[in-house]
Amino acid sequence: MPENCDPIIEVRDLYISFYTYAGVVKAIEGVSFTVCRGETYCLVGETGCGKSVTSKALTRLIQAPGRIEKGRVIYYPKPGHPIDITSLDEGELRKIRGGEIAYIIQDPSAALDPLYTIGFHIAETMNAHGLVRSIREGFREAVKYLNKALMPDPEERVKSYPHELSGGMKQRGVIATSLSTKPKVLVADEPTTAVDVTIQAQIMKLLKELKSGEGLTLILITHNMGLVAEMCDRVAVMYAGRIVEEGAVLDIFKSPKHPYTRALLNAVINPLVRTSKLESIPGTVPDLIRPPRGCRFHPRCPFSSEICLERPPSFLIGQDHKVACWLYKDEAQGVEG
Amino acid sequence: MSENSSRARESVKRMFPGEQPLVEVLNLKKYFPVRGLIFTRGYVKAVDGVSFSIPKSKTLGLVGESGSGKTTVGRLILRLIEPTGGSIYFDGRDILKLSGRGLKAFRRRAQIVFQDPYMSLNPRMTVFDIVYEPLRVHGIKVENPQEYVLKLLYQVGLNETHLFRYPHEFSGGQRQRIAIARALALNPEFMVLDEPTSMLDVSVQAQILNLLKEIQAKYNLTFLFISHDLGVVRYMSDYMAVMYLGKIVEIGPSDKVFENPAHPYTKALLSAIPIPDPEVARTRSRLTIKGEPPSPLNPPRGCRFHPRCPFYMEKCGLEEPPLIEVEKGHWSACWLHV
Repeated sequence: MPENCDPIIEVRDLYISFYTYAGVVKAIEGVSFTVCRGETYCLVGETGCGKSVTSKALTRLIQAPGRIEKGRVIYYPKPGHPIDITSLDEGELRKIRGGEIAYIIQDPSAALDPLYTIGFHIAETMNAHGLVRSIREGFREAVKYLNKALMPDPEERVKSYPHELSGGMKQRGVIATSLSTKPKVLVADEPTTAVDVTIQAQIMKLLKELKSGEGLTLILITHNMGLVAEMCDRVAVMYAGRIVEEGAVLDIFKSPKHPYTRALLNAVINPLVRTSKLESIPGTVPDLIRPPRGCRFHPRCPFSSEICLERPPSFLIGQDHKVACWLYKDEAQGVEG
Repeated sequence: MSENSSRARESVKRMFPGEQPLVEVLNLKKYFPVRGLIFTRGYVKAVDGVSFSIPKSKTLGLVGESGSGKTTVGRLILRLIEPTGGSIYFDGRDILKLSGRGLKAFRRRAQIVFQDPYMSLNPRMTVFDIVYEPLRVHGIKVENPQEYVLKLLYQVGLNETHLFRYPHEFSGGQRQRIAIARALALNPEFMVLDEPTSMLDVSVQAQILNLLKEIQAKYNLTFLFISHDLGVVRYMSDYMAVMYLGKIVEIGPSDKVFENPAHPYTKALLSAIPIPDPEVARTRSRLTIKGEPPSPLNPPRGCRFHPRCPFYMEKCGLEEPPLIEVEKGHWSACWLHV
């Protein structure tokens, strides 16, 4: 954690499993991290690493057959006022979920009901959180939030149905809906995977502006290392349900420590320079019903040894830089977990 | 052939100096009708007059955002769909004039790998059947089919244990390997790769891209590599073309296009990609464009990019710019170069 961090969300030793017919999928195992107020925190990883599940667990959005087995999620609406989200009753939780912690999900077409206008989505959200007395009042407010989300022609668009909008505009509609409850934390789960790159650039610019303008804390979930580099203050790299490395964005990119982080960065193409040979990671991600023992990356790791059959703790190897790998056992300044 | 079109063909042939073209595309058009209740309401001009060549044993990358027409171009070149106009030459022969046996012979030489390996493999066929199918279709007899298929599987990093399994037993990356093995089965000269890695994770993507480069070098293949991912195109391509709303706006050696983009749309596209380097990402100057691509049903007059272009001039809305050679072998369709 950085020195002057004022925590807004703390995740402690989270375990999530999915009880499927094929067996118990151990999707998240012992994930802990802290998000500081006002920062952009990234969860990055490949398909199935558990980044989305973790983000959903922040407001207990895990549905059957999934279950939070263990661990705590603490939310600090004000410094020094912890609320334990994991033990909150459903009524209290509803005020926080979508209210103080709002989401932008990956697919804006799935986030919007095709039978209702954009304005209605915003009005309904505001009404549900008691911010307006009627849907009609919410409808009038909606224009303001569409404007904030830089929707072109908001007075007209407020009356549009989702099918009348392009992918980028739908996502702006979703962002406006999320903003309408004046959240403190915005969780953006792959917000631009469904849109083209020029629109992605526009949406990311918007998120940056909103973050500073509205004093938001942004949690960005992505698989795109480019977006991490562009947007984030701190990053957690996830692999097969665990955080393998966490640190300030510059440290992660300039001196990645975990073999997985290094391999991942080598597999990412920087379009501004010519790459003659791309390095790939042999093998595929493990099946989380029967995950590998110990470090979950060890079957694909070029440095694996006997000790990797034991689960590595998180070694602190520098100012706010943690890595869960036995290679750093000797140079560690501290150990967590 | 009229004098005009033979001159056009000559210029396409010499588009990239020092290269021998395998594929030449001239003024290719594909309009999809949009049907109303009774009459056709209009046409989506998915591809609207593109000309380019693909040099032998090289890769031409085709980039563009969704709806730019890049996939349609790939399918037209293989004659999986019929063009509305224009001509396509493969190894000097007009493939639009081919039919029957001639067309079949062409199809042996040109293959495709599709984007979605979950849809391009028949779930009821084993890997052996999938990879052997092209030989069956073309009536080619080999002495030992199993050995033949196995050799192909080794090529793409699979082995004998995979031979009689079904597609559902494989991950996305492995499925794409099977699709590549199938495309290799007939020893083609040319392959269209239509976003072959867009469904894969980065670590697996790197495996597949390296595999494609390997087989290209080994078999001397010519690739048309279609992708929306500029990084992937840079890694794979010797030459690249940028499409916008059915038109090629810029084409040239990929290093030149990346390092010295000429068309405002290319510049905007390049500055929109996130760069995996925090120092560069936060300090570079960017050209952001407003708005979204207009509907291809009713594209803007003149240069199709003009409503979003920061360098818009009056001429742009009136007249369409031709491809202009800005440096040797590097072409851009913009009035700024005149």
